[in-house]
Amino acid sequence: MDERRRPSRWWYALLIPPFLGLLYPPLYASHDPELFGFPFFYWYQFAWVPVAALLTWVVYRALRR
Amino acid sequence: MPHKTDAVALVVFCLLFGFVTIMGFVAARWRRGDLSKLHEWGLGGRRFGTVVTWFLLGGDLYTAYTFIAVPALVFGVGAQGFFALPYTILVYPLAFMVLPRMWVVAHRRGYVTPADFVRARFGSRPMATAVAITGLLATMPYIALQLVGIQVVLGAMGISGDWPLILAFVILAAYTYQSGLRAPALIAIVKDLLIYITVIVAVIYIPSKLGGYGAIFDAAGKALPEKQPKPGALIPDTGDAQWAYATLALGSAMALFLYPHALTGALSSKSANTVRRNAAILPAYSLLLGLMALLGYMTIAAAIKPASPNDAVPDLFLKFFPPWFQGVAFAAIAIGALVPAAVMSIAAANLFTRNVFREFIRPDCTPERESQVAKLASLFVKVGALVFVIALPTEYAIDLQLLGGVWILQTLPAVALGLYTRWLDARAMLLGWIAGMAVGTYMAIDLDFKGSVFKLFGINAYSALWALGTNLIVAIVLTAILRAVGAGDSADETADDDYEEREDAVGADALPATPEQEQRFTREPQPTRPR
Repeated sequence: MDERRRPSRWWYALLIPPFLGLLYPPLYASHDPELFGFPFFYWYQFAWVPVAALLTWVVYRALRR
Repeated sequence: MPHKTDAVALVVFCLLFGFVTIMGFVAARWRRGDLSKLHEWGLGGRRFGTVVTWFLLGGDLYTAYTFIAVPALVFGVGAQGFFALPYTILVYPLAFMVLPRMWVVAHRRGYVTPADFVRARFGSRPMATAVAITGLLATMPYIALQLVGIQVVLGAMGISGDWPLILAFVILAAYTYQSGLRAPALIAIVKDLLIYITVIVAVIYIPSKLGGYGAIFDAAGKALPEKQPKPGALIPDTGDAQWAYATLALGSAMALFLYPHALTGALSSKSANTVRRNAAILPAYSLLLGLMALLGYMTIAAAIKPASPNDAVPDLFLKFFPPWFQGVAFAAIAIGALVPAAVMSIAAANLFTRNVFREFIRPDCTPERESQVAKLASLFVKVGALVFVIALPTEYAIDLQLLGGVWILQTLPAVALGLYTRWLDARAMLLGWIAGMAVGTYMAIDLDFKGSVFKLFGINAYSALWALGTNLIVAIVLTAILRAVGAGDSADETADDDYEEREDAVGADALPATPEQEQRFTREPQPTRPR
């Protein structure tokens, strides 16, 4: 079995953006712009669901040995 | 809205409920294991793959009460209730960091509960007992709330009285006793299918009848500020509201994976990578929860006046769905109560057996006896929850669940930080825990259980975080003092290597725990390694 290099722990940094994006409500607590009738406050947070999942998946793939 | 019994809805409901009951009993034969061992009964043999773990954790974390209470909160106060969405988004990056590490050490050393880990890691019986008691205290009212969820949908079908509820729980208790964690794991699959169908139909069909989402948000935006006694808001636009929103999301996310039932779900998977994969795919449920939350606004837009906020979703379904689909939707919610109630009672039973019974009563009990005690404990836990709901006003269960969330977060230093460092001294952590529990409980009482947000130093934040802050400050300061005066340290039973995944334990081919590994969970702390 070949000895592969241990993946960098820096990959974990990709898990931080969802916290920055969601834990500062002044960033998104507004009504406009609307999307499909959803106020910004709502669709912005919904948009983070796939983004956070994707980031987590990337970290998983990168760290998998 | 008056509730009356519709024969079609009731028949559909009973058929689906009967179907999962049969599944619950058949589950004992699924991936057959020796159910007289605690890790087989209480962790499904640590063999669940990605898909089963997804259903089990999903069924475990998104409970019937969530499906009733989150829309009810959004119906009542508006945007503030929507914190459930960022909360369930942030849970997974946290889980991704903490749970695989917990899985590895638990698998290596045969731990079944978080208190097992704390006992070994810090060589401290008092701290482990504190973690076990906190887990039991936080879980009991949570189980009771699942009953409230069943009560609400039964009520919506015009069924009142305690007997139907007792019947449902006797059935649940019987198959949990027999099949252990395999039962909720199998039932979770059916539950999810039903919930997904219900929610997808609801979020497409109902808005089409109400003039689209734009009209729904407009109606909610007009109605919320008129709410009595406290006006709600569509967008949290004050500083106080925004602090509350962010801290509720963060505090709840940090608390979720400290709950014994969440750890039970994670530890039952077959590898650390199964847990990681799930952290990436479980957010599909967050989408579902966010959409469910919006049902609260649809209830407002449809001008429905539910007798209590908890009826917001059932009344909405009654108004828009044909009877047979009402039966499907209500069955989805009721079955959604059974899965977490089963996992929670198993987690509580594991805690009692490992960390109370074996720790204090029968240190030398055999694995068979241990499993037997756990099965009986799961029955007692459920009976306790049932008595709770029937004998006391629902309000108490909700209040206690609120407190449970505050309490469980106080185990974070020992359970989550303990995975990374044992710098904190066990005695200091215990005092920190006491301080955190006291502060959190005081705040809840001071707020008269009417909320969980406390204003301190001009900051309006989730009381669990204030309590955790106190807890950490006490623990850190006391640890520094104890280190300074050279008060000795307790033993660490785990080795650094126990947290490292080995090549053979990575990926789909990780092996289930062998009996030898189970036995490695020894009672005697080994001598301290020089550090």
